[in-house]
Amino acid sequence: MLEIKELKASINTKSILQGLNLSIKPGELHAIMGPNGSGKSTLANVLSGKNGYKISGKIYFNGENLVKIPVEQRAQKGIFLAFQYPLEIPGVNTNIFLKTSLNSIRKSKGEKELDSLDFLKLVKEKSSELGIDEKILSRQLNVGFSGGEKKKNEILQMKILDPVLSILDETDSGLDIDALRIIANGVNSSRDKKKSFLVITHYQRLLDYIKPDFVHVLSNGKIIKTGCGELAEELEKTGYKELK
Amino acid sequence: MKQKEIEKSKEYKYGFVTDIETIKAPKGLNEKIIKFISKIKKEPKWMLDWRLKAFNRLKNLKEPNWQKPKYPKINYQDLYYYSAPKSSKNKPKSLDEVDPKLIETYKKLGIPLQEQEKLAGVAVDAVFDSVSVATTFKDKLTEKGIIFCPISEAIQKHPDLVKKYLGSVIPITDHYFATLNSAVFTDGSFVYVPKGVRCPMELSTYFRINASETGQFERTLIIADKGSYVSYLEGCTAPMRDENQLHAANVELIALDDAEIKYSTVQNWYPGDKDGKGGIYNFVTKRGACRGKNSKISWTQVETGSAITWKYPSCILQGDNSIGEFYSIAITNNHQKADTGTKMIHLGKNTKSKIISKGISAGYADNTYRGLVDINKKALNARNYTQCDSLLMGNKCGAHTVPYIKNKNSSSVIEHEATTSKINEEQLYYCNQRGLNQEEAVGLIVNGFCKEVLQQLPMEFAVEAQKLVGISLEGSVG
Repeated sequence: MLEIKELKASINTKSILQGLNLSIKPGELHAIMGPNGSGKSTLANVLSGKNGYKISGKIYFNGENLVKIPVEQRAQKGIFLAFQYPLEIPGVNTNIFLKTSLNSIRKSKGEKELDSLDFLKLVKEKSSELGIDEKILSRQLNVGFSGGEKKKNEILQMKILDPVLSILDETDSGLDIDALRIIANGVNSSRDKKKSFLVITHYQRLLDYIKPDFVHVLSNGKIIKTGCGELAEELEKTGYKELK
Repeated sequence: MKQKEIEKSKEYKYGFVTDIETIKAPKGLNEKIIKFISKIKKEPKWMLDWRLKAFNRLKNLKEPNWQKPKYPKINYQDLYYYSAPKSSKNKPKSLDEVDPKLIETYKKLGIPLQEQEKLAGVAVDAVFDSVSVATTFKDKLTEKGIIFCPISEAIQKHPDLVKKYLGSVIPITDHYFATLNSAVFTDGSFVYVPKGVRCPMELSTYFRINASETGQFERTLIIADKGSYVSYLEGCTAPMRDENQLHAANVELIALDDAEIKYSTVQNWYPGDKDGKGGIYNFVTKRGACRGKNSKISWTQVETGSAITWKYPSCILQGDNSIGEFYSIAITNNHQKADTGTKMIHLGKNTKSKIISKGISAGYADNTYRGLVDINKKALNARNYTQCDSLLMGNKCGAHTVPYIKNKNSSSVIEHEATTSKINEEQLYYCNQRGLNQEEAVGLIVNGFCKEVLQQLPMEFAVEAQKLVGISLEGSVG
C-alpha cells in the first residue's frame, strides 16, 4: 500500500529525512519511535503533502507516486493525518467542518454527498462507538478544546472519514489514561485487512493498547532499527542511546 | 460560446447584459433632465421643486475627498440620468405581462419570480434599471395596511407620507452624492408599516444596473410606525462591463416609538476585472433615525462587489432607550477598495449601539473601516460596543481601522476592540488534509471569521451570502 523509497526532505537547507525506506502492507500497523528531532513529525507532514519541504525520493501509495500530488488530493485518496497540534478555526462549527470534509472526499470519489440527516446519524453512531460526547461537535472547531478533546476529535474525524492509511502524529502525547483508551479503541476498532496505520509515538505506553505489527526506530532521518512489538518494550528500558 | 467568453463569464457569474431596448434621456446633468425625469414619473409639482432645490444646492457642493480610495474625476455631464426598459411604458398588471427577456434575466440571477411567491414567501419589488417592473405579494401586505411599492408610485399615491419623511433623515443639503441623488433619483422602494403591525414577510428588492453608462440613483424610504416591525432585504448584482459606473443611492429609515427596522444588504456589483479595470463606484448614503423611544434600527451588510465601496450606514439615536446596530462584512479582492463603516449618533438617554465589522482584504485590495461614535451631552447612560476585525490574505493588500469617538458625557460606556490577523497557513493545511481544496478551505475559514455577522442575516440570505463569501475570494490564495 505504502512504499517509501530513499525519501529525503529538507527545510531551509536543513536536511531532516536522509534516505528513509519503509513499506507498509494493507492491514498492517507500524509504529515509529525515536528521539526528539529525529524527523518523526516531518515524516508525517511529508507523507500528507505539506508545503515547504524540499523532497527527493519516492512515495508510492497504491502504486502511484505521491510526491507531486497536493495535500487535498492525497486526503481524497484516503490518507489521513491525526495532527499533533490540531488547529483551531474560530467560527467554524465542528460538525459543518466534518461534513464539508466528508463530502469533499466523497465527491472526489464520485460518491453521493451525504445530506445533513444521514451525516448526523453517522456522527452519532461513531461518537457513541468511541464514547465521545457529541456536544463537542456543535462547538467551534477545536476552539477552547482541552488537549484531550482535541485529540479525541482527531480520532473521531478519522472514524468518520474512514481513510485507507491513517497517520497518527503523537496522538498519545499529553493524554490521561481514559483518553488514551478512547484513542486506542478508535484505532483498534478501525483495523481490518484493508486499512493500514502509521503510529508515531514517544512512549511505549500507547503500544500497550495498540499492538503494532512492526516497530521502527527513527534516528537522524533514517530508520535504524526495525522489530516487532518487543522492540518498543526494550526501548522503554534502555532508551535510544544504546542504539546509536 | 467561444473559449474567451466562457472564461469571462466564469470570472463574474452575473456578468451579462440583457438585450432590451431602453428609453434613454440624453446625457448630461441639467434642469431639463431633472424636469424630464419628473415628467416621465408623472410627479406632482412639489416633487419637482424639491428636486430642483437639491440641484441648485448641488452647484455649491464638492465631492467628499477625505476617504481613502481615490478615483478618477467623474464627468457628471457625460452620464445618462434616465433609462428604462421599454416595456415599462405600459406597466404590466401581472407577471404574465412582463417582458419574457426580463424574466429570463431574473432567472439567470436566480430570482424566479413566478416561483418566489410560492416558495420563498418574499415580496419582491424588482428594480431593473431604474424602473420597478413587477411587484408581488401586494395583496397580502395590503391586508395588513402595509405599503410596499416603488417610490415613484408612493409619490403619487401617498404624498403626505412622502412629503413628511423624504429627506428628513438625509437632508437635501447633506453632501454631494446624497444631494445628487435627491436631484435625479429615478426609482427605488417605499415601505410604510402602520402602527402595531408586524410585517409578516421579509421585504426584498433586487437592484441591477443594466444599460451602459447609466448612473443608478435609487431612493429608498422606509417608515416603521409606532410598535411595528419590518425586515428588508436588498441584494444586487450587476452585469460585466468596462466603463466605471456610478451608483449613488440614498436609503432613509425612520423608526417611531417601539418600532424596529432590520435592513440587510448583500452587495455584489461588478468589481472590475482582476487588473482593476472597470467596476462600479458604489457611493451610497444610508441613514436611519430611531426617532421614537425604545426604537431599534439594525443594519447588516455583506459588501463583496464594486470597484470602490464608500458607505456608512448610520443610526441617529434620538429616542430614549433606542438601539442602533451595525453588522458588516466587507470583502475586497484584486484591486477593489472599500472605505466603509458607520456612524452612531447618541442623542437620547440610555441609548445603545453595537458595531461589529469584519474586513477581509486579498490581492492588491485596500479595506478601511471608518466609524464614528458620537455621544451627545444629553445622552445620559449611553453605551457603545465596537469590534473591528481585519483579515489579510497575502502581503500586497491593506487593512485600516479609523475609529472616531466623540464623547461629551461622563456617564457613557464605550468599548472598542480591534484585531488584525493574517490567514493562517497551518489552518489551510489542516483543512487541505481533510480533503478540502484551497478555495473551499479559504471559504470555510473566512465564513468562520464572519460568523457573527452572517448570523444576523435572514436564513435564505445567509446561505447565499456564505457562498458569495467563498466566490469573492476565489483565486486569492495559492
